[in-house]
Amino acid sequence: MGIRRFFHRRAEDADLAQELQAHISHQIDENISAGMSEDEARRQAYLKLGSPQQVRERVWQWNTVKFFEHLVQDLRYTLRTLRRMPGFATVALLTLALGSGATTVMFTVINGVLLKPLPYAEPSRLAALQEKTDWSTQWGDLWGFAYPNYLDCRRDVRSLDLMAFRYSGGTVSASSHAEYVDGFEFSSEVLPVLGIHVFRGRPFTADDDRPGAAPVAIISYGLWQRLYGGDPAAVGTQLTFEQKPYTVVGIAPAGFRLDGGLQLQGEPDVFTPIGQNAGRYMQNREYHGIRVWARLHPDVTLADAQTELDLIGHRLAAEYPKSNHGRTFIIEPLRPQVGEARSTLWLLFGAVTLVMLIACVNVASLLLARAVSREREFAMRVALGASRSRVVWQCLTESALLGLCGGGLGVLLAAVGIRPFVALWPGSLPRAEEVHLDWHVLLFAFAVSLLSGLLLGIAPALRIPVRSIEPILRAGAQNVGGQSRRLHGSFVITELGLAVVLLVAAGILGRTLLRLSLLDPGVNIHNVLASRMALAPGTLKDPAKTRAAWHEVLENARSIPGVESVAMVDTVPMREGNNQIRYSTTAAKAPADQQQLVLANSVTPDYLNVMRIPLLRGRFITDEDRQGSEGVAVIDDVMAQQAFPGQDPTGKHVWIDVGSDPVRVVGVVGHVRYWGLAGDDQAKVRATLYYPFAQVPDNLVPRWSELMSIAVRTSVDPLPLVEPLRRAVRGAAGDQVLYEVRTIEQLAKGTLSRQRFLLLLFGVFAALALLLACVGIYGVLAYLTSQRIPEFGIRMALGANAGDVRRLVLRQSVGMIIVGTVLGMIAAFAAARLLEHLVPGVRSTDPVAFATMILVLILAALLASLVPARRASRVDPMSALRQE
Amino acid sequence: MGKNKPQATQEMLQGTLDMLILQTLIMGPAHGHTIARVIEQTSEDVLQVEQGSLYPALHRLADRGWVSSYWGTSENNRKAKYYKLTAKGRKQLLAETSRWQQMVEAIGRVLARATE
Repeated sequence: MGIRRFFHRRAEDADLAQELQAHISHQIDENISAGMSEDEARRQAYLKLGSPQQVRERVWQWNTVKFFEHLVQDLRYTLRTLRRMPGFATVALLTLALGSGATTVMFTVINGVLLKPLPYAEPSRLAALQEKTDWSTQWGDLWGFAYPNYLDCRRDVRSLDLMAFRYSGGTVSASSHAEYVDGFEFSSEVLPVLGIHVFRGRPFTADDDRPGAAPVAIISYGLWQRLYGGDPAAVGTQLTFEQKPYTVVGIAPAGFRLDGGLQLQGEPDVFTPIGQNAGRYMQNREYHGIRVWARLHPDVTLADAQTELDLIGHRLAAEYPKSNHGRTFIIEPLRPQVGEARSTLWLLFGAVTLVMLIACVNVASLLLARAVSREREFAMRVALGASRSRVVWQCLTESALLGLCGGGLGVLLAAVGIRPFVALWPGSLPRAEEVHLDWHVLLFAFAVSLLSGLLLGIAPALRIPVRSIEPILRAGAQNVGGQSRRLHGSFVITELGLAVVLLVAAGILGRTLLRLSLLDPGVNIHNVLASRMALAPGTLKDPAKTRAAWHEVLENARSIPGVESVAMVDTVPMREGNNQIRYSTTAAKAPADQQQLVLANSVTPDYLNVMRIPLLRGRFITDEDRQGSEGVAVIDDVMAQQAFPGQDPTGKHVWIDVGSDPVRVVGVVGHVRYWGLAGDDQAKVRATLYYPFAQVPDNLVPRWSELMSIAVRTSVDPLPLVEPLRRAVRGAAGDQVLYEVRTIEQLAKGTLSRQRFLLLLFGVFAALALLLACVGIYGVLAYLTSQRIPEFGIRMALGANAGDVRRLVLRQSVGMIIVGTVLGMIAAFAAARLLEHLVPGVRSTDPVAFATMILVLILAALLASLVPARRASRVDPMSALRQE
Repeated sequence: MGKNKPQATQEMLQGTLDMLILQTLIMGPAHGHTIARVIEQTSEDVLQVEQGSLYPALHRLADRGWVSSYWGTSENNRKAKYYKLTAKGRKQLLAETSRWQQMVEAIGRVLARATE
């Protein structure tokens, strides 16, 4: 192909011009020598040879690649016209930049969080395994693995490389420093099978990964920096983790995570071999606390692996009927665990798409208005010999250029805006570290802006005349075909409809947030601290020592000036994590799957004072309820109604799984919204039962002590008391630590953070949509009105007054507003249902939100149409008629 | 340029002009004007070569590598662009000529039967 020719066409043309000149000179010479006069010779030469220009054009055309040639011409022309209308160009570009910038930001986040594969080698060959039972409980039929089941699977399976891990946070203590860190126990296969190379040192070997092996640990890059200042000599040193000495054998690479669905705040810091865990539960086939991942062998499909796992499952079920009856293993592709971020992201992406659509419609109507007034220009071009397709291309080039420039600006906006956006995310955005502007994002932005650009150009391109050029050329730009008016009207209607959807969504979210934040959480949220607490690991071996340690913690905390009361609690209101147990009100227990569930919360007597929960009946737990005395419990009013409807619960007995004897209900307290302000109404298990920590049986004390938190009511602002509190509970060896210190106020706010975040963004989007829609309706009306000025002139000349003209214009806009609003309402109903489905606490039937928002939109739209209407009514009939 | 002579320029097939140009160049390098002149004279003015077809054709031939070109000085001391047959062009000419001969013979046979 003529790429070389294409780029050399200018030089070739100059060459050819010279050559043709030489040809003519030769012909003149020849004619002169044939006896002609010089003038005649020249005349004859030109006559014979025709126009050199035409030859040059033919060669030029042959040399050029038409498409590029036209593109370059069109681009140059577009730039020229845009430069001549800077106002139009600025508005169009800004609108598109805002739209595509917002879309690009959302896509960048979605790409990083939802679409990017997990950061392991060949992530598509990775899978997650779970146990599945043919019966189900309230929690469903999927279970974590029991360690012995994992070992059997690993021994027998041929199609997979299996790996196992388990969360194990704990206290890391150095000379004067103790810190609670997240950690994992994992099998020696994890690093090699995931394709992760340790940064320094070595991974675990199969020898490390068995009971009785020398204790070794791998630490995170972050902990290596914090604890050792990045000293390479850290490998080989001793690390005290949970009061046990470990030899550090390796440093994990920076950013290494095991995405086990826990959504830890940061990276986990300490890794130990799972096989070294000597806990009894590790030999128990009924303890389902292990997570198992696998890598498919080459040429093995998921279905093959599933068949093999089924066989192993059936065999184990036959071999261990007590624990494994009806239990098999299922395998699924490994996906990032992002929780509710998925629905939030898609919701926002939907909202952003609406904004982008409004922006496009807006610019499209601007372009269309220009196209109508350029009708003569187009007709002229066609008359001068431009083919229709050539003019259509010109139109599309123009809009595509607008789209691409807008998209480019949008990418710049996104590059600036992406970090603040991620920082704004409530809590922590899962996989935030994966969110970057990469080539996927650029490709997306390019595609979106090109597509939007071409879409923008379609309406104007359709207006290019085919036949009947004459009347257009003769009439000038005054006649607006009904077709264009209808198209303009449908643009306005679309914009208004889309804006209604966003406005109503924002309204519903706003009302939801208002309603939820006015709810009574059931506790007094002010001046209360709640913190998880890790006792000195050494004390956990002996229940008596543990109880004494807790007692001392409470006493020490209470002695801090400003502290009013202190209590222990295992389920803190509005914080993640709780304990659900079955109960029954008769000694003859119903079958497990028919028993009711209750949130069981073990507390110390002061809990009622710390939280200021109202006591409705009887008494709360006291210091008299201790080991050996009668087992007691206090229930909340939800459980009272559920378990003893219409009766006085005090004195009744409840059979629960903790301890064997029934406990006697001694009091009733008010309901506390443990699931958060938003989530509590929809929560499956709301009934709550409090029982004294003092009556937890000895064998459960160590496990319970890992889960207990302390709650502190202060008489002053609680935050300055955090440090004194840390020091007070540190213990004799200085290795007792507080972690996840929060005020209840923070937790309460946190339960609404998702709604708040959505409201903020939907509010911004809705405002943007409203603004764009108003600009749109203003622009379209102003344009249509200006086209009708001669008509108004005639009307006024015939006796219409200013009011009549104003009404005429407003009637047109009111028509569009009504149709747009009605269509928008229908879409808004669907959007509201979606919100209700995805966001806790939202109610889709919210007439107030609908009415308010639609009123806002109608008022704004009327306001925007008032300006053109007034202008039309001020038309001077004489000058208007003269324009004709 | 007798008026009774048939004018075939408009209908001259594209490939034919190429062939004629190549044939002209077999005598040695020539510039555009000479080429046109030679074709006209050899055909006793039956074939008229127009600039409009000659120069695009030369351009095409150069692009295909059948002729090469250089700037030189002509017999009456003017600057002119000379065209020279390349080896590839020579081969092309042979192929074209034999194809043309075959076609002429074939057409001749058909016409001979028609006049019988």
